[in-house]
Amino acid sequence: MMWRNTQDGYGLVSIGLHWLLALAVTGLFVLGLWMVELGYYHPWYQRAPDIHRSVGVLLFGIMLARFAWRYTNPDPEAIGTAVERKAAAWVHRLMVALTYMLILSGYLISTADGRGIHVFGLFVLPASLSGLQNQADVAGRIHELLAFALIALTCLHIVAALKHHLVDRDQTLRRMLNIKH
Amino acid sequence: MKYKLISSIALSIVFSVPSLLQAADYVIDTEKAHAFIQFRIKHLGYSWLLGRFNDFDGSFSYDETKPTASTVEVSIRTASIDSNHAERDKHLRGEEFLEVDRFPEATFVSTGYTENADKTAVMTGNLTLHGVTRPVSIAVKPVGHGPDPWGGKRRGFEGTTRLKLTDYNINFDLGPAAREVELFLSVEGIEQ
Repeated sequence: MMWRNTQDGYGLVSIGLHWLLALAVTGLFVLGLWMVELGYYHPWYQRAPDIHRSVGVLLFGIMLARFAWRYTNPDPEAIGTAVERKAAAWVHRLMVALTYMLILSGYLISTADGRGIHVFGLFVLPASLSGLQNQADVAGRIHELLAFALIALTCLHIVAALKHHLVDRDQTLRRMLNIKH
Repeated sequence: MKYKLISSIALSIVFSVPSLLQAADYVIDTEKAHAFIQFRIKHLGYSWLLGRFNDFDGSFSYDETKPTASTVEVSIRTASIDSNHAERDKHLRGEEFLEVDRFPEATFVSTGYTENADKTAVMTGNLTLHGVTRPVSIAVKPVGHGPDPWGGKRRGFEGTTRLKLTDYNINFDLGPAAREVELFLSVEGIEQ
């Protein structure tokens, strides 16, 4: 059982975190788009935003865990041309940055009035920065824009992975699925 | 001698009467927040949801001897809506309710004032809200007036009215008990 990364490939923890993130981020995007269209009397009118906020807060924990794991693990060698490696490094950094900013902006919407966020009824994440002028509205607009930006990069990320897999026929996608040659 | 005294007394009386008869102009004291625009609407038919608009200004003119000439003008920054909940207020400012980006101000300009014997009154005027202008009637009650301890003179009123949301193109369905919103206005003006 290969938990840690090596020079050649990802361990199961990295792979697990990657796909958990992929699921969480795309799930939150779809949920976010859907939940704002719900009518007041829809049974999910309260439940959907509740799940969205709760998963968003837990996502912060997942991102910190991912950071700690990356810091204490070797990074497998990048695959592809020099341009591809550089582009990949920057797109990945940007995706991480966008994810953190999405979490922060979402947090600032819900805590704009000083109220905390109830996370799955288990604990309340307190507000910190609140009462800024138009906080909920500005944070909201940023949150929406960043969400579309992250999904756009995700699509690029998927297309690039498929390019490596179907055109270049290299290990890029396979090693994120723990499939050996 | 007598004539001079009598005529000077008469003249001073004559000249003081117009100042007693003039309409007074007032600025609504929003600087020190002695005015409030509050609303209430039923939540699901189970309780009252209260809120207010924090940022507005206005003025009125009131003539004790000729109340029908009284006028009022108020301008409300719709983005200042405050129902004590950030997410709800964000929703209310957005596309499904007030669209404050497109309609940052709501205004009321009076067109008439009809006073009853007991000094309560009906104020009519045009309300522009969410880009729609409609005539409304406000039931007005004077609260009091007089000098303040700091050299000024003040006069205050309370008013109530009721609006149908769809009349102002606010069509988000909040349920059958929430078709109308009640407004409670409390204004104090400082005489200019």
